[in-house]
Amino acid sequence: MTMLESTREFWRRDQVWPVLMDDDVKVDVSKQVILYVEGLSVSFDGFKALNDLNLYINDGELRCLIGANGAGKTTLMDVITGKTACDTGTVYFGQTINLLKHSEAEIAQLGIGRKFQKPTVFEAQTVWENLELALKASKGIWYNLRASLSASEQDLMLGILDTIGLQTQSKQLAGALSHGQKQWLEIGMLLASQPRLLLIDEPVAGMTAQETERTAELLTSLAGDRTVVVVEHDMEFVRSIARTVTVLHQGSVLAEGTMDDVQNNRDVIEVYLGEEA
Amino acid sequence: MVRSIPIWILSLLLCLNAGRLAAEDFDAVVETHPVYELLLQLPKASFKTKNQVLKGLQKLSGNDAVPIMEMWLASELYYDKASRQQIYRVSKNAEGKFDIARLLRADISLVPTQSIDKKLLKKVRTNNKLRKALREAIARTTLVNGSESERLQAVNAMLATINSDSAQLIEAALENEKSGEVRELMQVALALHLLIDGTPEQQLSALPQLQERLEPAVRSALNNALESAEADSRLSLALSNTLRKIEDRIEFYGLVEKLFFGLSLGSVFLLAAIGLAITFGVMGVINMAHGEMIMLGAYTTYVVQLLMPNHLEYSILVAIPAAFVVSGLVGVAIEQGVIRFLHGRPLETLLATFGISLILQQLVRTIFTPLNRQVASPEWMSGALELNPVLSLTYNRLYILAFSLLVFGILMYIFKKTNLGLNVRAVSQNRAMAKAMGVKTQWVDAMTFGLGSGVAGVAGVALSQLTNVGPNLGQSYIIDSFMVVVFGGVGNLLGTLVGAFSLGVTNKFLEPVTGAVLANILVLVFIILFIQKRPKGLFPQKGRAAE
Amino acid sequence: MSFLQRALNAGRFGRQSTTWVVGLLFAVTLYASVCNLLLPPESMFYVSTYTITLLGKYLCFALLALSVDVVWGYCGVLSLGHGAFFALGGYGMGMYLMRQIGDRGVYGNPELPDFMVFLNWDTLPWYWYGMDQFWFAMLMAVAVPGLLAFVFGWLAFRSRVTGVYLSIMTQALTYALMLAFFRNEMGFGGNNGLTDFKELLGFDLQADTTRVALFAVTAMLLALAFLASRFIMDSRFGRVIVAIRDAEPRTRFVGYRTDHYKVWLFVYSAALAAIAGALYVPQVGIINPGEFSPINSIEVVVWVAVGGRGTLYGAIAGALLVNYAKTRFTAIMPDGWLFALGALFVWVTLFLPQGLAGFVEKQLARFKSSSKTGSSASDLVEEASS
Repeated sequence: MTMLESTREFWRRDQVWPVLMDDDVKVDVSKQVILYVEGLSVSFDGFKALNDLNLYINDGELRCLIGANGAGKTTLMDVITGKTACDTGTVYFGQTINLLKHSEAEIAQLGIGRKFQKPTVFEAQTVWENLELALKASKGIWYNLRASLSASEQDLMLGILDTIGLQTQSKQLAGALSHGQKQWLEIGMLLASQPRLLLIDEPVAGMTAQETERTAELLTSLAGDRTVVVVEHDMEFVRSIARTVTVLHQGSVLAEGTMDDVQNNRDVIEVYLGEEA
Repeated sequence: MVRSIPIWILSLLLCLNAGRLAAEDFDAVVETHPVYELLLQLPKASFKTKNQVLKGLQKLSGNDAVPIMEMWLASELYYDKASRQQIYRVSKNAEGKFDIARLLRADISLVPTQSIDKKLLKKVRTNNKLRKALREAIARTTLVNGSESERLQAVNAMLATINSDSAQLIEAALENEKSGEVRELMQVALALHLLIDGTPEQQLSALPQLQERLEPAVRSALNNALESAEADSRLSLALSNTLRKIEDRIEFYGLVEKLFFGLSLGSVFLLAAIGLAITFGVMGVINMAHGEMIMLGAYTTYVVQLLMPNHLEYSILVAIPAAFVVSGLVGVAIEQGVIRFLHGRPLETLLATFGISLILQQLVRTIFTPLNRQVASPEWMSGALELNPVLSLTYNRLYILAFSLLVFGILMYIFKKTNLGLNVRAVSQNRAMAKAMGVKTQWVDAMTFGLGSGVAGVAGVALSQLTNVGPNLGQSYIIDSFMVVVFGGVGNLLGTLVGAFSLGVTNKFLEPVTGAVLANILVLVFIILFIQKRPKGLFPQKGRAAE
Repeated sequence: MSFLQRALNAGRFGRQSTTWVVGLLFAVTLYASVCNLLLPPESMFYVSTYTITLLGKYLCFALLALSVDVVWGYCGVLSLGHGAFFALGGYGMGMYLMRQIGDRGVYGNPELPDFMVFLNWDTLPWYWYGMDQFWFAMLMAVAVPGLLAFVFGWLAFRSRVTGVYLSIMTQALTYALMLAFFRNEMGFGGNNGLTDFKELLGFDLQADTTRVALFAVTAMLLALAFLASRFIMDSRFGRVIVAIRDAEPRTRFVGYRTDHYKVWLFVYSAALAAIAGALYVPQVGIINPGEFSPINSIEVVVWVAVGGRGTLYGAIAGALLVNYAKTRFTAIMPDGWLFALGALFVWVTLFLPQGLAGFVEKQLARFKSSSKTGSSASDLVEEASS
């Protein structure tokens, strides 16, 4: 690039210098799409976990991701939340926010919440404190030195406790909860952070049939206000909640559509459902 | 052996005259060695006669005379005050005591003797002039009669004091000289003589021969010539050119030497770190007592040496397996006694092993006292390999370098080819899975720890050859070792090798610029910064499992 | 659920402990000062100046232990290099005290400390400027270690160096500083360090009153540091710190910049250590590079481990206990101390992972649960509604 070109590029009138850009950008969903994943590739030591993957999630949608083990579901979530760097491709949150340029913490602050496959809560702290930590509030140091709960925040947390059914355990250490309760607590933490986009990895593993049903209800009620992406192996569960299902296979999208569409898709039958049948 | 008739007669006469000889020597009387005859003149001789004796010795000029001349030069030649008919050699040994040996009349060989006190002996006195003559005589004799290396040495010895006499001598010797190397050096000596004593034309003609010589004599002669040749610009230009070429070469060899020192330090790092790399790589715990395993190895060497004082040469070979066993057993004991119970708590393991290191240090202090112990080097490890006049590599460092590579090779073999290695790699990559597959992880842990500690013990044997053995010996290596492991990448032996040598070389190259301490600090800072860029070291373990 | 009760009791005891620690500190300081200054030496209640200085030293160590506990116990960052911050703080104070000597040194140079005259230096190095001002020296004594902690922490935490890596890095840091301070050219007195101090703010360092005052100031600052740490750990900041200790990646996904939190906690902790060092030097009368040696730093860790990490009072108690034991032990059998210390490391990690504080709390919890069963359930409800 010549000097002149780079100078022009630098002074482009349709762009704002990155330094001057407002940090606290609102998510621009004017095109009804909240997440753009384009041409994403990730490889580990020669193994392609994601291979030129394209995925668009609409604002307010509830989307299920299914796929065999190693299809790249968790890796996709890792890339979106900033845990894993990708080799090529772009990930945009709304029209403007390039997620690849942000750290995990920043992505979380932008409003993308994640529930892990294996529930991880802060075991040495109480359920209440866990929720408090997850609250949507400033995550700055100075603020948190003197932060106290406002009345509305307390109301929100009590409501969440009610939703996740842990009212009586609120003062209990999270480490003492059962596996299912930890799952619920993690969902509660996700709720407390009031994200725009929820990425949920296998929410019903280790839950009873009743709890599974409750989770399904909860997730469907969330959709609309928020966008929910669920990864799940439990086909019954997927069928009960899914409007759109995306099937991943060997790191790229194999099929997309309603559950019935997907189930009748030849490719899918061959590589995924076929194996099970 | 050359024997001329007059000396024969002289010796016979002297033999007949030898009535006062001790009884034990009578059998030898029949055939007194001509050199001995000459030497018997020494007790009574003035310096002038001594010169005569020396000339006589030179005429005899058998190689037999050379050791005698050397003794004489070193003022080790004595005679008994009473009879003045016996020649002795009195020399200081390594412990600073005097060893007395009698020269045999028949073949002038040395026989150690206790029967005579040093007080009854008198030294054959020399002066500087005589010493110079002696030196020259030795050089001359060896120049003609010596072996190839002796001849080389002789020419080398003459370089510093070359004059027309010695130049003539060399010229004469050159004609019969067969060995190319000796010939070359002789030509250098002649050229050097020209440079010192010749006309400017001769000096110029001598220069090509001297171009790549590293001998200090050549350099100082060139410098002198340059000073006195200021008027002659052509000559001085040629001289300074030659000098510069030589200095370039010296600089190059300086770099080589630094590289060698760096590799040597690297080999020490490698030995010290590789055991740590094994335990840290496999079990994910830092054994802070690792340095003390090294120390135990060094003390084992010391003890082995005490146990076999008459076989110093081999004690170090015995010490290697002994140190491996001692440190290895202590390692297994630590693993079984402490670390096993702290599984999955690396920070606690670090603290506990630090406690163990304190106990071991104090234990050694109580048993061996806090003083440093000296471990003697065997003969074959002392001395240096002289590649050229400015570059010599000490044997102990060379051996340790080779030894570290050998140890590395053996460990590589163990890890790649044996069953234990397979198990160890399995456990280091996925402990839970290995356990599920029926690998006895506890056994593997103990064996790994034993192996790592044993290797540390072996490192201690090597270190005892380089430094003093003291209770703090190991302490200083733990941080360096850890740096090496981190730098190379955890769980990767090859990385440890590269890390050790690159840190060693970096250290030695920084040292002249910054001083030893600052070099040390800079390397530490460098590694702290390096970890910023590559938190998993030079050769990280790859794949998703490493996440 | 007994686990729950134990945790709850621990929490309440933790809050009670604040009153206890501050109260005890106040009482002991008052008692010792009064008995030293007002009673005649013959009195059986007399506290000797030696004891006062010893107590002051212990309190400095307690402050140092507190600083290690803040990062290790609460944030899981095992620093083996806090001795470096302690020593740097000490050198800050030492430099001020050196300048106070003025022309009373052996060489009588009003400007240069003795060791510089000895090295034939003719001007003061630039970093000694301003150290004759008490406020500036104290500022530097805290700011320099703080800055070092900031830079080191920023580098280390940003690239996510954790666990044993970080521990050894901190050890390397203090080791490097030790090597550096041993050099005469550094301008800190080399091997011998800084010593022969005469007075502090115009008060004679040998005087009983100065000693008592130093001791009282140490006690006061320890109490302040305890309260500050208590405040920090009780705030949401503290909860983030504990969350980082238990599940750092998770904390990041909740949206906290864990590296920032860790850096600032590390800086705070380094500042506490530096204050401890600055208080230590006038009381023992010397600072030398030996203070940087890795074993000093790791000894601090064992104080905290013995007392109980993750409890602030535990760190203080541990420091006092182990140091008292050290004083007694070295007096009886000097060679045995290292054996004892080594054994202490092993014993604590194997058998007392939560330290004495953990042990005491366990006993307390057992005692309480047996004495009043059932009441804790009502506590729960009560607290939940508050």
